Amino acid sequence: MSHHTRIIFYLALIALAACVPALGDVFYTRLATQIAIYGMVAMSVDLLVGYTGLLTFGQAGFFGIGAYVTGILSTHGLHSAFLVWPAAILVTMLVALVIGALALRTRGFQFIMVTLAFAQMIYYFWLSQRSLGGENGFSIPKRNVVFGFLNMEDHTTFYYVVLVLLVLVAIFSLRLVNSQFGMVIRGIRDNERRVFAIGFPAFRYKLAMFCIAGGIAGLAGALMANHTSHVGTDMMSWQQSGNFLAMVILGSSGTLIGPILGAAVFTVFQQVVSDMSSHWLFYFGLLIVLRILLFKGSLFRFLSAAVPAGQETTAGGGVLIDAPRPAGLETE
Amino acid sequence: MSDPLLSVRGLCKRFGAIVATDNLHLDVARGEMHALIGPNGAGKTTLIGQLTGEIRPNDGTIHFDGSDITALSVDARARLGLARSFQISSVFDTFTAEGNVALSVQARQTHSFKFWTPAASIARLRQPARRKLSAVGLAGRDGTVAADLAHGEHRQLELAMALATEPRMLLLDEPMAGLGIHESKAMTALLQSLKSQFTILLIEHDMDVVFSLADLISVLVGGRIIASGTPDEIRANADVRYAYLGEDSEEFLATEGGHASH
Repeated sequence: MSHHTRIIFYLALIALAACVPALGDVFYTRLATQIAIYGMVAMSVDLLVGYTGLLTFGQAGFFGIGAYVTGILSTHGLHSAFLVWPAAILVTMLVALVIGALALRTRGFQFIMVTLAFAQMIYYFWLSQRSLGGENGFSIPKRNVVFGFLNMEDHTTFYYVVLVLLVLVAIFSLRLVNSQFGMVIRGIRDNERRVFAIGFPAFRYKLAMFCIAGGIAGLAGALMANHTSHVGTDMMSWQQSGNFLAMVILGSSGTLIGPILGAAVFTVFQQVVSDMSSHWLFYFGLLIVLRILLFKGSLFRFLSAAVPAGQETTAGGGVLIDAPRPAGLETE
Repeated sequence: MSDPLLSVRGLCKRFGAIVATDNLHLDVARGEMHALIGPNGAGKTTLIGQLTGEIRPNDGTIHFDGSDITALSVDARARLGLARSFQISSVFDTFTAEGNVALSVQARQTHSFKFWTPAASIARLRQPARRKLSAVGLAGRDGTVAADLAHGEHRQLELAMALATEPRMLLLDEPMAGLGIHESKAMTALLQSLKSQFTILLIEHDMDVVFSLADLISVLVGGRIIASGTPDEIRANADVRYAYLGEDSEEFLATEGGHASH
């Protein structure tokens, strides 16, 4: 896809998403809200898996921290989204800084296990907080307020707030991976040894990316707490981390927008099939296998294959990097 | 020439009972092309590892431009101007040829924590990158993804990436490895042109190249330098002949013949 058709494709996706409330059923609006929130987390996972080459299994931990910070502040009477959400992001990033500083000293399989272990520590930390309802968590009195004139309790209004944030995070992420920082990050994915050899202290760049991805997951957690008006430990179970990875695989890593589509497929599939059968994960397993066998590239590229392929061009008259390639997960 | 650019003193590296680097001394003067040769297992790879910082020596010091770099990390040494190429091409596969070199250009900046402007729109990264590509003979291949380049082109790209960091010294690890006849000629010419611009430590198995290009040759055997001198001195050295009269003797003697015909 050329630069322009790509932008048209993105705009069409946004328009499509914006039309969901027009279906007139609050069920669909809430489902779309959930997809947008999960899509945001899946995108943050893709920043690590698809662009940095870090297979993380702990993103649900950061998702949970964002939700709990939001829940705790809200129950203490702090309702302004402009205070609560940045706080959620900041706390999550600080935790990511500490975890990343330790976990990023490992590689490959060890890194997967270490991130999983840290996520489990976060899980059990919140689980042991009796005053916060332990395993069951606690409810939030009301949603955070963005602007006084917006009724956040209205599901449609809230959905649009989430959608705007998703678009902003997506724009930020797309800029990020194509920036100079993004080039270093992709260099680390391709060949970390060479990144050191040309003079980059690679660790700092990985740590920065780990914090940024953590912050995005934290924001998504804050939104999820608002969406359900409830926070609980199930949000940060290891299964949830696995779900986020599944969304990335489904939508294809290294594309950023693909994982959002992956989140949509995952969530709809879960919703529809779990109504019909309690063994929905069995069918989901089939879906994943088919997805990988049938479309070697990305779901994203499969969808965009309808658009005539052309040589990639940008304003600069050329690219420094190949168009989305299977990376991270799919090359391993 | 009392102040060498690279100075190695008493370097030792042991792996268990194996002594890979044995009290090694080596000086590379400014502007010199210094070749390092030695049979397989002589400890060349271990030495390069220690010079670049990937391997920590057990003992000894490495000075670069007068300052002690023995404890510095790989990236810190690169930023000081000690650039290397890899024996096995080590590039960024999903980047274009230009992208590979542009990232090396980017490494010269104080930092790359720049999150917004697309790297592809920054001319001060791309123009030097294109210049380096044409300097190594890859003009016109800018937009080719590295994974799709031929082996010989990878070797050229290796060099372009090293050059793009604007080094003061090049550590070239077998730049001729695996090249065909035509590619070898081009690479030899390229090394010849680099020779006048940089201080170079060349590790190479191709004796024709070593003996025709190097100002000085050091011979590494069993983790120590057994001889160091001009190509003529090395050719006449009995110890070196003995060291090579093991498995690589034919290669060595063939070079002598080849040289005599000039």
